[in-house]
Amino acid sequence: METYAFVLLAVLAIATALGMILNKNTVNSALLLVLNLVSIAGVYLLLQAQFLALIQILVYAGAIMVLFLFVIMLLNVDEEESLFDKFRIKYLVAFLLGVVIFGQILYSLGGVTDMLPEVSSEMVQIGTVEAIAEVFYTDYLFAFEMTAILLTAAVVGALLIAQYKVKDSGETE
Amino acid sequence: MHDIIAFLPGVIIAVVGLIALLMEAYKKSADQIYGLTIAGILAALGVAIAALFGDSGTAFTGMIVYGGVASFGAVVILLGSLFSVVVSRDYLMEIDLHRGDVYSMILLSIVGMLALASANDLISFFLGLETMSICLYVIAGLIKDKKTGAEAALKYFLLGAFATGFLLYGIALIYGATGHTNLTEIAAVAEPTLMFMGGSALLLVGIFFKIGAVPFHMWTPDVYQGTPTTLTAFMATAAKSATFVAFVLIMSRMLPESDTDIWTNVIQVVAILTMVVGNLIALAQDNVKRMLAYSSIAHAGYLLVGLAAGTPEGFTGVLYYLFAYTVMNVGAFSVIAYYERNKGLDFTEIESYAGLGFKFPLMGVLLSIFLFSLVGIPPFVGFVGKYYVFAAAINAGLIPLAIIGVLASAASAYYYLRVMVYLFFKDSHKEYSLKPASLLFSSAVVLMAALTLYYGIEPVLPFSGLIELISSYYSL
Amino acid sequence: MIGIDWYLALSAILFTIGIIGVLIRRNAIVIFMCVELMLNAVNLSLISFSAYHGDIAGQILVFFSLSVAAAEAVVGLAIIIAIFRNNLSVDITKVNLLRW
Repeated sequence: METYAFVLLAVLAIATALGMILNKNTVNSALLLVLNLVSIAGVYLLLQAQFLALIQILVYAGAIMVLFLFVIMLLNVDEEESLFDKFRIKYLVAFLLGVVIFGQILYSLGGVTDMLPEVSSEMVQIGTVEAIAEVFYTDYLFAFEMTAILLTAAVVGALLIAQYKVKDSGETE
Repeated sequence: MHDIIAFLPGVIIAVVGLIALLMEAYKKSADQIYGLTIAGILAALGVAIAALFGDSGTAFTGMIVYGGVASFGAVVILLGSLFSVVVSRDYLMEIDLHRGDVYSMILLSIVGMLALASANDLISFFLGLETMSICLYVIAGLIKDKKTGAEAALKYFLLGAFATGFLLYGIALIYGATGHTNLTEIAAVAEPTLMFMGGSALLLVGIFFKIGAVPFHMWTPDVYQGTPTTLTAFMATAAKSATFVAFVLIMSRMLPESDTDIWTNVIQVVAILTMVVGNLIALAQDNVKRMLAYSSIAHAGYLLVGLAAGTPEGFTGVLYYLFAYTVMNVGAFSVIAYYERNKGLDFTEIESYAGLGFKFPLMGVLLSIFLFSLVGIPPFVGFVGKYYVFAAAINAGLIPLAIIGVLASAASAYYYLRVMVYLFFKDSHKEYSLKPASLLFSSAVVLMAALTLYYGIEPVLPFSGLIELISSYYSL
Repeated sequence: MIGIDWYLALSAILFTIGIIGVLIRRNAIVIFMCVELMLNAVNLSLISFSAYHGDIAGQILVFFSLSVAAAEAVVGLAIIIAIFRNNLSVDITKVNLLRW
């Protein structure tokens, strides 16, 4: 049962990822990425990471991808003129480089052939909200506070870059 | 020691940054926020210097370290930030960026740097690095009405996010191989398995990108050119120092004794490439700001020589070099910003520097001091920094590396001295009327020049006993 | 049970697709989406390792990497909007003013 679910989700994830990079229409790419993120969230569930599966759908597929779609609509750049243009050699190089990196990663992963440990009650505990919340405010407090700074900086920074331009474009056009 | 005290400089900067944001929201004047920023950095610098003489250890359940290397890193970062903020006022006013939110952005990025320079865990390392980088993406894009600014930000951002992917994959593989994210815990169980080595390689790619080492340096000149000059100084010194200190921490704490070889071999190759390519391309530059960008790539190469040595002596050399590099580089960028402020942002071509040296002797002499120091000529601090780094490499048996380093820095004399030739030995065809520099600006630049000279003539370490302090720290 | 290597292989494949996407696409928004795909692939690796070691640190790191991705998305899209205002395009081949 689990094997079927994994195969299904993996095929879906790979197909949507390939679709995303090969699709000419930006909106379609974004929607395929959403599907990809959701199928990866399914894989998280197989790995007993319930909380992160939920967060993945809420934050990634929900918030971040909506932001992407919003910007795509705002800028109205849904069509890319020519996906496969004159630089064919570039694709060959990109493909070879990708294959080399993939091979290297698989090679370095080669040492791990062990099976996952049987799902124990302890393992199911790890992925729950309770378990994660507990270590957040104890062991990982510093990282948690840094995230606060990071998000503040991101909001202020986005305003700094995007906001003032509105005045300028009125003058130049 | 209480956890908050252990990270006190960062806490001070974070609080000041948030207050600056609030002051901006309540429409306080930019000068008030500027004053607050400087006061906050000074306070944090004082705390960091005091912590240098205190004890060292870990805090926040092993997430960060304090004292020793981390405190010295904090001092260098805060020094670089202090000088670049102080000299920023006049320049940023000229381009309409003397605003509270810009200063709060700088402060928030300093928090990231301080976290990065005290990271004892791959999680705090990652978060510190990303906090710093995200703020720097914004700072690179501050000049929006010129195409170069937005373009620099886009290049920096896309390549930076790409590199983050590799860095995170590296962290994931190291975690997979060892089951830990804490540096010392990793060192205790790490074995040179394929997965650990693959993870290290990807982690190194991420770090090399952030410090602008050669195969991954493409973003550096564009970003440094597109950023407001005084903030370029901030990026080139404080951000680079933070990343190098984190690099030192990872190398000295995460790698088990037997495995440093594999890293140092890679670092050697990258160091050679970085020194040679950085200096060669800098030779061909006619734009002074871009020339300094390539020269900063070359300096990253000299710093990597110290890391390639992989000994406590080498790490100490790297830390000293960071101090030297910060002082002289912020100084050089400040004088360039002074010229630019008077003549417009395009005033960075070397031809336009003709005859400026005699017209404005103070700035000309100061710039010459910084440039001599960047070359690494004896009575200046740059020489002492290079000496420590190359001596460590020779003692570690890396004689060819040290020879290439010395040759590369000899070649660098050409493009630094060329600026001086234009300043003092070419006739200018135009009449210039430069506004006098403000007292604060001049005194900051004079102070940097004084530090450059003082630590060059008196080549003791900036704070006595640093070597013993740091060596004892490695044996933690 | 499926072995951990299957999860890791899936992660490696997705990461590689992300890299290829970054290298061949010209639209800055799509390139950025490919970077998000890479980060996701890494998150999958981290969660697999977390399950493999029975250790929570991997899942915590995924949470932080999600926050970083969100912050990057905000700043990155703001930069893309700024470049669009200047160039009226998000094609990175048209963004080449600065050359050495």
